[in-house]
Amino acid sequence: MSASTEPFRTGRALPRFEDVASTALDNAQLRRNLGRATTTIRGKCASVVGEMEDWEALRDAGSRIKAHTMATLAEQLERLEASVTAAGGQVHWARDAADACRIVVSLATRHAATEVIKVKSITTDEIRLNNALQAAGITAIETDLAELIIQLADEPSSHILVPAIHKNRTEIRDLFRRTIGDSTLSDEPSALAEAARLHLRQKFLTVPFAVSGANFAVADTGAICVVESEGNGRMCLTLPDVLVTVMGIEKVVPHWSDLAVYFQLLPRSSTGERMNPYTSVWTGVHAGDGPQEFHLVLLDNGRTKVLADQVGRQTLHCIRCSACLNVCPVYSRTGGHAYGSVYPGPIGAILTPQLLGVEDADSLPYASTLCGACYDVCPVKINIPEVLLHLRGQIVERQRRGLGTHPYGAAERAAMWVTGWILQSRWRYELAQRAARIAQWPFVRHGVLSRLPGYGARWSRARDLPAVPQSAFRDWWRAR
Amino acid sequence: MRFSLFITCINDTMFPRTGQAVVTLLERLGHDVLFPHEQTCCGQAHINTGYRREALPLLRRFLRVFGGTDRIVVPSASCAGTIRDLYVQLAEETGDAALQRDVADVAARTFELSELLVHHLGLDDVGAFFPHRVTYHPTCHSMRVLRVGDAPLRLLRAVRGMTLVPLPDAAECCGFGGTFSVKNEATSLAMLADKTAALRTTEAEYCVAADNSCLLHIGGATHRAGAPIQMRHLAEILASTEQAVFA
Repeated sequence: MSASTEPFRTGRALPRFEDVASTALDNAQLRRNLGRATTTIRGKCASVVGEMEDWEALRDAGSRIKAHTMATLAEQLERLEASVTAAGGQVHWARDAADACRIVVSLATRHAATEVIKVKSITTDEIRLNNALQAAGITAIETDLAELIIQLADEPSSHILVPAIHKNRTEIRDLFRRTIGDSTLSDEPSALAEAARLHLRQKFLTVPFAVSGANFAVADTGAICVVESEGNGRMCLTLPDVLVTVMGIEKVVPHWSDLAVYFQLLPRSSTGERMNPYTSVWTGVHAGDGPQEFHLVLLDNGRTKVLADQVGRQTLHCIRCSACLNVCPVYSRTGGHAYGSVYPGPIGAILTPQLLGVEDADSLPYASTLCGACYDVCPVKINIPEVLLHLRGQIVERQRRGLGTHPYGAAERAAMWVTGWILQSRWRYELAQRAARIAQWPFVRHGVLSRLPGYGARWSRARDLPAVPQSAFRDWWRAR
Repeated sequence: MRFSLFITCINDTMFPRTGQAVVTLLERLGHDVLFPHEQTCCGQAHINTGYRREALPLLRRFLRVFGGTDRIVVPSASCAGTIRDLYVQLAEETGDAALQRDVADVAARTFELSELLVHHLGLDDVGAFFPHRVTYHPTCHSMRVLRVGDAPLRLLRAVRGMTLVPLPDAAECCGFGGTFSVKNEATSLAMLADKTAALRTTEAEYCVAADNSCLLHIGGATHRAGAPIQMRHLAEILASTEQAVFA
């Protein structure tokens, strides 16, 4: 990961969304790449979701299982710990990112690892594990194609599922020519995949230490599950001697049968496939088969704080499908980097401020028109608009108490207070209507306001505003 | 049947003709319309910006003004959605059970115009006449908060003399989002540019929607560009007849 993305550090506010977004919007190539990619994946998802007659019932089930799990999380995690331990695995508890990194680094050091192979995992990006390994002299090798691309480019991820969505194949060819391929490499997808395969195959066969994330963990049995498309995960999960899995505590589900629900919801919502190509499930350690040492690191890193918030806790239901990114009219134009975190898009706009604290990410809850497309596609029915409004409320309450600075803070607070006061009285409201008709005159040209002063300029730079007509509806009603 | 009209502050102040159209249309269909004069604003802008404390007195005021048993008709999906969705969340937050009951009661009586006509009065054809080329923009809150479905399209298809042309990528947000349009000016304008480009391909004379706020946004760009297309609220199309061309 490049140093340009450093989220999940307390005391360090993220850059403002609107500032990064306007730079991204100026990049025509980026907008074309993103527009094309999100449109394609939207169509694929919509068609495979559309063919499921019981999709709404599945969403309900997916939401109910998560809600039940969150309500009994402590119990589920203790059951998970017991079953993983019984199956020969070792369980570690990490309070925060530093804890988790320390655990993984010390395991790698104990095994004298100089390289580790990695299955794509946003949780390890969240804790910036690769940097921690590097600081200990250990090289992390990303084996997912898109993760490899952004690692070689030294760029942060811009999408949960397809982290290199902002790059097209010509850009990838040029990158590979500079790094792992030779100068004759073409931009055919199969040639690019082959170059990556040759590079990675050698690593799979020689590096004995692997790190993964987890999509699900079953409390009943201690089974851990990773779903993926490329088979690189299967290699990492089966070939090395030692496997360390870093998992957010919200990934636990109570029963094996719960997976039946998510195995239907996840691939259709994320890659637009009926079934993902590789589903790996392992339970502890088996002599002579797969890794002989297995460690599960259970990560909190702010999650219990999210759980304590009655409205916000539904955010923990997320199964990281990225459907909300693909349908989001904001994400599909700005891309992921504007969100300043490994969790971009609508889910990032509610998850990042909760994990970090709203004070360090107070532009993210405003990075939405509240159009509701994300809530509509969410396979576990997270009401993202509701949580966005809840977080906006928290930001405003903090400002009221003199905490936190907001670029629009003082003026906005005054405007909201004054309008709130005016609107509590019919008399004041009707007076304000009359006042607006008079006050607008200096700005009206040919029936429209084209140049507004101050804050209004942000509207009128590209948009006209009709003049307030001389009589309101209520005047007409009174006169009829 | 008798309906109480919640005109909304934007329609009242900026788009009086929309309110006139709602009254004309409902009276033509044989209904009585009341306009509770004490009404002001639902407080959506306050809730959406995070000023929940300022919104609460407006919620209580709305409950007082629209007490009773009449069905409430709202010519704005977004403001109807505030009452049906956001008021419920706001009341829940207070922990006040009586307030929650009152909000549930008023939410159950509140309808956006097209859903009232199609889903509750069972009408598709309201006897309208509008001899123009028209395209329909389904606003986000009409589709995804109120779930009006194809109600507006069924009404429009029954309008005599009209050529209704589909809008490409119709379900995509126009980029308004209240204060989003100024806080995230660049992103808002990128969304708006795609919407106006889609509108251009329809060669429609009118763009119709259930929310004047979205039309204010889209129209702001088309007017600046000197584009010939005009913005019209659905009510104004439906109020138009052979005898009295409204829009």
